[in-house]
Amino acid sequence: MIPARFDYEVAESADHAVELLGSGPDAKLLAGGHSLLPLMRLRLARPELLVDVGRLGDLSYVREDGDAIAIGALTRYHDLERSELLRAEAPIVAHAAGTVGDPQVRHRGTIGGSVAHCDPASDAPTVLLALDAELVVRGPGGERRLPVAESFGGFLATTLDPQELLTEIRVPKTGADGWAYEKLTRRAQDWATVAVAAVRANGGARVALTNMGPTALRAGGVEEALASGSDPAAAAERAADGTSPPSDHNASAEFRQHLARVLTRRALEKALG
Amino acid sequence: MAVTEEKAGAWIGKPVARKEDAKLLTGQSRYVDDLTLPGMVFAAVVRSPFAHARIKRVDVAPALESEGVVAAFTGADLAEDWAATLPCVWLVTEDTKQPMHRPLATDKARYAGDGVAVVLAETRAQAKDAAELVEVDYEPLPAVIDPEEALAEGAPLVHEELEDNRSYTWALKTDNADDVFSSAPVVVKERYRQQRLIPNAIEPRGVLAQYLPAQDEYTLWSATQIPHILRFWLAVTLGIPEARLRVVAPDVGGGFGSKLNVYAEEALALVLARRLGRPVKWTEERSEGYLATSHGRDQWQEIELAADEDGTLRGVRVRLTVGMGAYLQLVGAGTPILGAWVYGGAYDIEAYDFECVGVFTTATPTDAYRGAGRPEATYAIERAMDALARRLDMDPVELRRKNFITEFPKTIASGLEIDSGDFHGALDRALELVDYEGLRREQAERRAAGDGKQLGIGLATYTEMCGLAPSRILGVLLYAAGGWDAATIRCLPTGSVQVFIGTSPHGQGHVTTFSQIVADRLGIPIEQVEVLHGDTSTMQLGLDTYGSRSLAVGGVALYKAADKIVEKSKAVVAHKLEVSPDDLQEEHGRFTVAGTDKAMTVQDAALHAFTAHDLPDGMEPGLEATFVYDPPNFSWPGGAHVAVLEVDTETGEIELRRYVAVDEIGNVVNPTIVDGQVHGGVAQGIGQALFEEAIYDEEGNLTTGSMVSYLVPSAAELIDLELDRVSAPSPTNPMGVKGVGETGAIASPAAVINAVVDALAQFGVTDVEMPAKPERVWRALQEGGAR
Repeated sequence: MIPARFDYEVAESADHAVELLGSGPDAKLLAGGHSLLPLMRLRLARPELLVDVGRLGDLSYVREDGDAIAIGALTRYHDLERSELLRAEAPIVAHAAGTVGDPQVRHRGTIGGSVAHCDPASDAPTVLLALDAELVVRGPGGERRLPVAESFGGFLATTLDPQELLTEIRVPKTGADGWAYEKLTRRAQDWATVAVAAVRANGGARVALTNMGPTALRAGGVEEALASGSDPAAAAERAADGTSPPSDHNASAEFRQHLARVLTRRALEKALG
Repeated sequence: MAVTEEKAGAWIGKPVARKEDAKLLTGQSRYVDDLTLPGMVFAAVVRSPFAHARIKRVDVAPALESEGVVAAFTGADLAEDWAATLPCVWLVTEDTKQPMHRPLATDKARYAGDGVAVVLAETRAQAKDAAELVEVDYEPLPAVIDPEEALAEGAPLVHEELEDNRSYTWALKTDNADDVFSSAPVVVKERYRQQRLIPNAIEPRGVLAQYLPAQDEYTLWSATQIPHILRFWLAVTLGIPEARLRVVAPDVGGGFGSKLNVYAEEALALVLARRLGRPVKWTEERSEGYLATSHGRDQWQEIELAADEDGTLRGVRVRLTVGMGAYLQLVGAGTPILGAWVYGGAYDIEAYDFECVGVFTTATPTDAYRGAGRPEATYAIERAMDALARRLDMDPVELRRKNFITEFPKTIASGLEIDSGDFHGALDRALELVDYEGLRREQAERRAAGDGKQLGIGLATYTEMCGLAPSRILGVLLYAAGGWDAATIRCLPTGSVQVFIGTSPHGQGHVTTFSQIVADRLGIPIEQVEVLHGDTSTMQLGLDTYGSRSLAVGGVALYKAADKIVEKSKAVVAHKLEVSPDDLQEEHGRFTVAGTDKAMTVQDAALHAFTAHDLPDGMEPGLEATFVYDPPNFSWPGGAHVAVLEVDTETGEIELRRYVAVDEIGNVVNPTIVDGQVHGGVAQGIGQALFEEAIYDEEGNLTTGSMVSYLVPSAAELIDLELDRVSAPSPTNPMGVKGVGETGAIASPAAVINAVVDALAQFGVTDVEMPAKPERVWRALQEGGAR
């Protein structure tokens, strides 16, 4: 319950956060704190410096930007869940946000924090992968954009530079229909045992998996099968191809692969039905 | 009804809002961690990361260098401070093995979390940081977690001074048992697992100890269910005069049995306060509690039922292997024995054969956890009854109805006497509420349609023994204390009343319930009844709160103390009114003389008894009475619970749809509080059935070490519970009350798992181990379908 000793700085702006990140060798960003603080309280994480970006209100927004919806990295799940714009134009984001944790978690946790934590059991990376979202990050040298898939470095690791700050997530408008997020949890507040995001695209679907490997994964076999004319049930049989899910108290790897097939079929039936 | 109602009258049976809630809801409760004393230091315990390891060297010197550190001690440093082992008060047989259990280990660590050193510092964070610096050289030894494996030849020895890991074998058998089993035409045999559970009281444990050298006086504030028992046994463990030790249980946030213990940290804090001359506080962290606070269950159960072809149940045979963990905690050895009498359930059987082996393992000690032995018993008999129903192709309702005990009092095969009950009434009402016939029709339709979600309907009809307990029976059972309790009523001159109870509430609402009893019996306005508890220096002896005893024993003591107040008041009033006591009528503390307008109240009598200006010759001044009540029998609640749920046959997910509980708990003092008890108990039982399990790996590490991995159900996992009651008031106490604190946890695991198996029996599934998580359901379907 009591973390090891650490220093703490409040970032006044995104640029200030970048600057602070560069001031020490083991600095971590603190946004909603719902991934980092539990680790620190168990002393499994011992950062020397916390850079608190939680008060950067100008990074909390959902707005239309041409063909995309731009989401500020510090937007809380609760605000995503209630966003009329997301509900109309990219409803899978609002829906998935509403399945995260419990109401208290959703009032604190941020979508950017989730993406930057890169937990394969989290919902946001999977949904953004299925949407082929784009990330905007700021570093000492300025701003750059990259597809969300390129941000996945491995288990709990992104490809972002330690001194880079995720500032915005851009998702395409999908319209009201043609999506599904099927999630199995032991309890409502738990991380997904397995979840599947499906978004209709190009006559088929983009399909992504939660907690089926070291990062969120695209179900390439399913997408190929759909593209070559398979029906959803047949395509879903390939959902576990190439996955390497963990075994834990909630499910063995074998059971997770079974669940991935079942939940993919259900997701495709909803998204394409 | 508002608590401010001042009208004298009937308060027993009314849903009075809890007097406790205002302070709980506004943050004005005072838990141990809220208490501060001048000069207080904070303790952090260094715990073994190994389940089983020889302690080669402990060096606290690096911790002593750390900022704010005041002192640090190893187990060896303190080894001479203990006059006796930490206690087990229930050595269930003459030859029960009870190894030495010191508050800090000296030779070996015997479970992951066993304390090996303690560090004291000016702040809690400093103590925690410094505890990490204590250097301990461990020589790891093999772990053994499963109690059956611990009994096997060659298993690692938890206590090397013993020849094996067996602590005791306890047996209870009727003479006819072998004959009945060999002659019965039908015998079903089942094997079940009672997984380890972690109690999870919302307030972690905590202690604050103070020693005043000039007076040689000790005070311990502890988050405990048992201040009175704690004083007794800490005095023994420390070898100090009991009268020099004051134990206070301030506001306590839940226990469920996990605070029914004498813990290492309680003894440690007192000894450290004496050594340092400064008050010592220790507050448990949640994950620390998962290691250091007693667990529940951990049983392998084998149960056989002997029956006739027509479903007449004749005998029950049970073999238990129970993990005690590394040491015998306060009532750990006896916990399975509390269930030993009721494996026959609500049924009339002639033969009984029970045996339990208690086994040491390299795991956190187990002890009482809500229901303590009776949930396990109810689970085994109720699961086995469903297995018998399947064998005989009978409806589980009909099998139960055929075998219910119907006449009371009833001496059951295990030898105890059930004083009253109404099993048929409870089951009939539950089936009516749930629309059993309609559900069976829906189930048949879904089966015929091959629906992906199959319906399961599960029953648990139960009886249990609680209200611990008749002292004479406890003596026969080798329990080291009695089962009485005491209450004192002190009528103050201005009309209000102080009530001192020997029970020690930690969430149950005793202040409200006991206020109702006094308000009802003595006509004192309910807000003028002050109920005091949990401080050994300010009240008569008591025996605390556990085993659904507080109303059934302590409440009856209070009721009978009120009788004494009425009796003395009557003498005072008769004297003042110059009438014969026989001419007085009394109702709710108001005395009247028939045919006149003369009237006086208990409150009037209290003032006269206080001034003592004009009392009958020889009468003691004051109006105060104590009653010590020793119950002549256990309390025997019973009832019928029905769980209805849907099982997704593809994913193994279970969704509760209905839960109906019809309990028979005698007369009810406060129906809202009783509903709350049933709600909480059922929720915990659903937790056991579907979510909760303490899991150790091969090396003996607890891998469900936080609330992330140990799944306590939240409101989102539960449904509205449908509660009702039937009543067969207990004839063994004047209030006709029974215990209710554990019934929900006792009945619900069996009801839920019976429903799961009921949904899947069509696929050949006969068992799903608790917790019935999706993968277990899915695998049961794979295996069942393959048969």
